[in-house]
Amino acid sequence: MKKFRPQHAIAGLLASLSATFACAAEKAEPWQLNMTPGVTATAERAYDMHMIMLWICVVIGIVVFGAMAYSIVKFRKSKGAVPDKTFVHSTKLEIVWTAIPTLILVVMAYPATIKVIEAYDTKDHEMTVKIVGQQWLWTYEYVGEGVTFTSRLDRESDRLRQSGVVVDANNPNYLLDVDNRLVLPTDTKIRFILTADDVIHAWWVPALGWKSDAIPGIVNEQWTEIREPGIYRGQCAELCGKDHGFMPIVVEAVPKAEFQARLAAMKSANDETARTASAVPAAAGPQG
Amino acid sequence: MANTHADTHHDDHGHQQSFFQRWFMSTNHKDIGTLYLVFSLVMFLVGGSMALVIRAELFQPGLQLVDPSFFNQMTTMHALVMIFGAVMPAFVGLANWMIPLMVGAPDMALPRMNNWSFWIMPFAFALLLMPLALQAFGIGSGSPAGGWTLYPPLSLQGGSNVAFTIFAIHLMGISSIMGAINIIATILNMRAPGMDLLKMPIFVWTWLITAFLLIAVMPVLAGAVTMLLTDKFFGTSFFNAAGGGDPVLYQHVFWFFGHPEVYIMILPAFGIVSEIIPTFARKPLFGYQAMVYATASIAFLSFIVWAHHMFTVGMPLGAELYFMYATMLIAIPTGVKVFNWVTTMWRGSMTFETPMLFALGFVVMFTIGGFSGLMLAMVPADYQYHDTYFVVAHFHYVLVTGAVFGIMAGVYYWLPKWTGYMYNETLGKVHFWGSTIFVNLLFFPQHFLGLAGMPRRIPDYNVAFADFNMWSSVGGFGFGFMQLLFVYIVWKCARGGVKAEARSWEGARGLEWTVPSPAPHHTFTKPPVIRDEDLSHGDVAH
Amino acid sequence: MATAHHDADVYFVPHHSKWPFVGSISLFVLMIGLINWFNGSDTSFWIFMAGIAMMIYTLFGWFGDVIRESEGGNYNGQVDISFRQGMIWFIFSEVMFFAAFFGALFYVRTFALPWISGDGHGSLANEFLWNGYVAGWPANGPEAIGGAFETLPAFGLPLINTVILLTSGLTLTIAHHAMVVGQRSKVLTWLGATILLGFCFFGVQAYEYIHAWGDLNLRISSGIYGATFYMLTGFHGLHVFLGTVMLLVVWFRVLKGHFTPEKHFGFEAVAWYWHFVDVVWLGLFLFVYVL
Ligand code: HEA
Ligand code: HEA
Ligand code: CUA
Ligand SMILES: [Cu+2]
Repeated sequence: MKKFRPQHAIAGLLASLSATFACAAEKAEPWQLNMTPGVTATAERAYDMHMIMLWICVVIGIVVFGAMAYSIVKFRKSKGAVPDKTFVHSTKLEIVWTAIPTLILVVMAYPATIKVIEAYDTKDHEMTVKIVGQQWLWTYEYVGEGVTFTSRLDRESDRLRQSGVVVDANNPNYLLDVDNRLVLPTDTKIRFILTADDVIHAWWVPALGWKSDAIPGIVNEQWTEIREPGIYRGQCAELCGKDHGFMPIVVEAVPKAEFQARLAAMKSANDETARTASAVPAAAGPQG
Repeated sequence: MANTHADTHHDDHGHQQSFFQRWFMSTNHKDIGTLYLVFSLVMFLVGGSMALVIRAELFQPGLQLVDPSFFNQMTTMHALVMIFGAVMPAFVGLANWMIPLMVGAPDMALPRMNNWSFWIMPFAFALLLMPLALQAFGIGSGSPAGGWTLYPPLSLQGGSNVAFTIFAIHLMGISSIMGAINIIATILNMRAPGMDLLKMPIFVWTWLITAFLLIAVMPVLAGAVTMLLTDKFFGTSFFNAAGGGDPVLYQHVFWFFGHPEVYIMILPAFGIVSEIIPTFARKPLFGYQAMVYATASIAFLSFIVWAHHMFTVGMPLGAELYFMYATMLIAIPTGVKVFNWVTTMWRGSMTFETPMLFALGFVVMFTIGGFSGLMLAMVPADYQYHDTYFVVAHFHYVLVTGAVFGIMAGVYYWLPKWTGYMYNETLGKVHFWGSTIFVNLLFFPQHFLGLAGMPRRIPDYNVAFADFNMWSSVGGFGFGFMQLLFVYIVWKCARGGVKAEARSWEGARGLEWTVPSPAPHHTFTKPPVIRDEDLSHGDVAH
Repeated sequence: MATAHHDADVYFVPHHSKWPFVGSISLFVLMIGLINWFNGSDTSFWIFMAGIAMMIYTLFGWFGDVIRESEGGNYNGQVDISFRQGMIWFIFSEVMFFAAFFGALFYVRTFALPWISGDGHGSLANEFLWNGYVAGWPANGPEAIGGAFETLPAFGLPLINTVILLTSGLTLTIAHHAMVVGQRSKVLTWLGATILLGFCFFGVQAYEYIHAWGDLNLRISSGIYGATFYMLTGFHGLHVFLGTVMLLVVWFRVLKGHFTPEKHFGFEAVAWYWHFVDVVWLGLFLFVYVL
């Protein structure tokens, strides 16, 4: 049983209310209240959009609920209020409260449109990673590099969840850890292509700012450019069967040079296995 | 049957019938309305119990109570039971009881078919729940576990339950369509002379439009699940890209139904609230005509926004933008409604009996749910929100504190008319405040969970999500127990208490308050004379 | 069931009726039969047939009551309008049911297939999954599910069926006119002709199915083409069949003298239904066969 920890609450509050803590993006913090701006332009756009919407809604809420509260306090029968039965219709008011929300919506739509268009711009990518969802693991391929590997829930989390024992914060990455991380370079425009083998999955790392469905027989496209090295965790975000909750994603972002070294190591390791087990399956193909 | 009078059908023969005749062979809109409402309450408890299984499992991290596949069954069945078993039948029950009374009709237009619409429902739910029950005896693989949206290919991985679910949905569809046809025919054809369309109570208006939505989209759902059925059993390739189909096609067809469906679950609640606020503000509804047009606009828009549930499936840019803009537009007519409700209170003379409390709670909390809906509509942000608990929070605000609160407001409001007794006002207020506090404890923290990155439909989660989940579960159980109080209040009221007057609320207007409480078994066998002062929205010139 | 004559200004509210409840049980049995059938149980066929039988029993009993009440003069003009509105909205719901399948056809042809063929938005699927696949129409997908098949030329049997259905619409209209002027034997003749045409349509379609299934290897499992083809024409055929049965019932009712030039809504309702089936066929002919 977890105890209430006020210092967590305060830390979470601070972390989320002030958008400057990029470290909070690695994974969810206890008591986290808000989205984080993440480590990519897309994540920042999502965060900005979210905050714009949040504040506009808060302001509208204050106006509407304020008027309501005022009426409730002022126009109550117990205070001797007499109903004004002639005040039942006003074309002027109807026009006003149609026009003002329309304007507000335009104000919202403008940044949203720009952000969507930016998100769809996959031009000039420097590398491509293919992601294939399967029940219940991910297969990654560095396209053109001949490196393919699978990534699934780590042993420790698996053991814990089977045991049914309540997990304490001493395992902060419970259910958010994998056996093989996806290593990616920072400051590189990476294109992802996503598909699935069996049912629909969705690949989602909050710090990168998007999720995209991985659909059997269909290929989706996304891109990212990670600004900061770090370990970013996420999960499958589309119900895909009994272990949908146990299909985590871990991205390890490293500087470009380090990435090249890691990739080379993976390649030689791959060649190694290729020699020992002669038949390495290529990227998992689609099965109808 | 006693045929002693020439005009047998219009005598109050409610007392001469056997139990079986009255409840199984009924053609009386009030009895059928009661059947619907009781059925809906039972389903609410069943669906709520499933929600409590979900909340109990999510109380702490780790898998304690149920295994993941049973958890998914609970999520799926909870939603199907709540939507098709609790909320929709409750509205149909209210329509049955109140629409003939409100428009001055002797009964529903097609009374026998009315009973058929009802009696299909228990059988449909028997089919829907059968796999779950059989599982307890070790037969079959349990109920569907692919979410209430039944997305293929996952939903096709279900075992024998696929056929059960699909045929159950067909039956529910048949029932809803017949119910809707009956409501439309009643409203268009059975109004007493003088009850012009623009004099009808708003509840009747909202139901007219809802019925139209039902007839338009329930068959589309039937089509969607029929394609699932043939994909599963006859080897068709509707949702299989290898055969030239597309899994995303299902989502388009489903949401073409699904989005209007969510307004089917809210428009009648708008109607109820539009009856209650004027009553307890002692002032006619502000902007009656604007309310009617707003409802119609919402219904129209609901047909052209469906893909906002699919922003992450990889649609072309143009489609994303179009569906975002179209969705945003719904805020305008919905805002018109909210503003008119608030202005109805303005310069009124308000009292706060339980129905009014629920109506006010509705306005506030539905609006909060509407705000989060509008946030979800923004594509760049929805890339993050989608399929997280933020969405779960959104739709429970509009469904529980929206639709369900609306239904409860209506039940308290009309209970005296149905039973002839006043319910216990103190207990009613306890029910309202308890429910409101717990429901916010239940669903508000889910916003934080979603924003922090907790996906929906998972039986277990990272420790970072532990605290808010625990609160949420506490709220869930608290809210559940408050509903047992509700059952008690209603039961108690049906058994007796302070006699209710014909016009049970001081400020109540509308034809239903011109007949005695309880409403006699047959009302308005001769059409009433409509006087404008009797109408709920006063100044009909506007 | 009481059938006492009623005032014209009193809306007829029937007494108790067991039919809705019996009908619900029938539907339940029928569905259980179907479910068990799909799940591969042997006894299911008989459960299903029992359900059908119960349903027929219900319909006979129910409509029997309605006819008796109608003949007894219980229905005033307002009741008549209720029936009409009920029928109109029922047909609208049927339109929307077909719309789901037409929508599916439209979607795969306009979006899904071009996309996986590498057009615009879907080029990646073609590049990474279905390399080189180019969908035409008819199509059964990149994996050619169901194997090679041929399609039926539009201007063969389907054209004949179009002519048959259009003619049946005409004969039915003639029958209606005869009804309005009260020429009963003429009604019987032209209504009879309509029924025969309905059966002809059904026969041609059955022949077409056998031919397509056996000779052309066009099966319901022949990819998306087979799926949309059989689903649309199959549901339509089912509607033709039910419509024909309904016409037959009306024919016997005409024979028994149930209808008058002024009051014959039973006839009209079925006629509306028939015209609806007719219009759907035109859509099918155009979108499934011609285009
Ligand atoms: C009663 C049910 C109901 C209602 C009324 C609504 C109302 C709305 N919903 Fe919601 N929704 C659901 C039930 C409902 N929804 C359900 C069940 C799901 C999930 C399904 C699933 O996946 O399982 C869902 C999911 C859902 C999504 C998909 C999220 C995702 O999966 O990623 C979206 C996205 O656009 C959305 C948007 C909206 C919008 C814009 C409204 C609007 O109608 C809200 C309009 C109201 C207001 C905006 C507030 C009042 C207005 C004012 C005070 C005026 C001024 C305001 C402004 C100008 C801002 N909803
Ligand atoms: C109208 C619709 C409706 C209603 C009223 C509710 C009501 C509730 N829902 Fe609902 N819910 C949905 C529609 C609805 N939900 C939908 C559409 C989904 C999405 C499903 C999907 O992803 O596919 C969902 C999903 C959903 C989830 C997410 C599951 C997941 O993603 O895995 C959760 C989790 O907390 C939840 C909780 C609750 C709770 C606690 C209530 C409470 O309000 C319930 C309160 C009522 C009671 C608790 C009953 C009281 C009874 C007792 C206390 C005693 C028991 C009695 C007897 C045994 C006779 N719901
Ligand atoms: Cu994979 Cu959920
Ligand atoms: Cu929607």
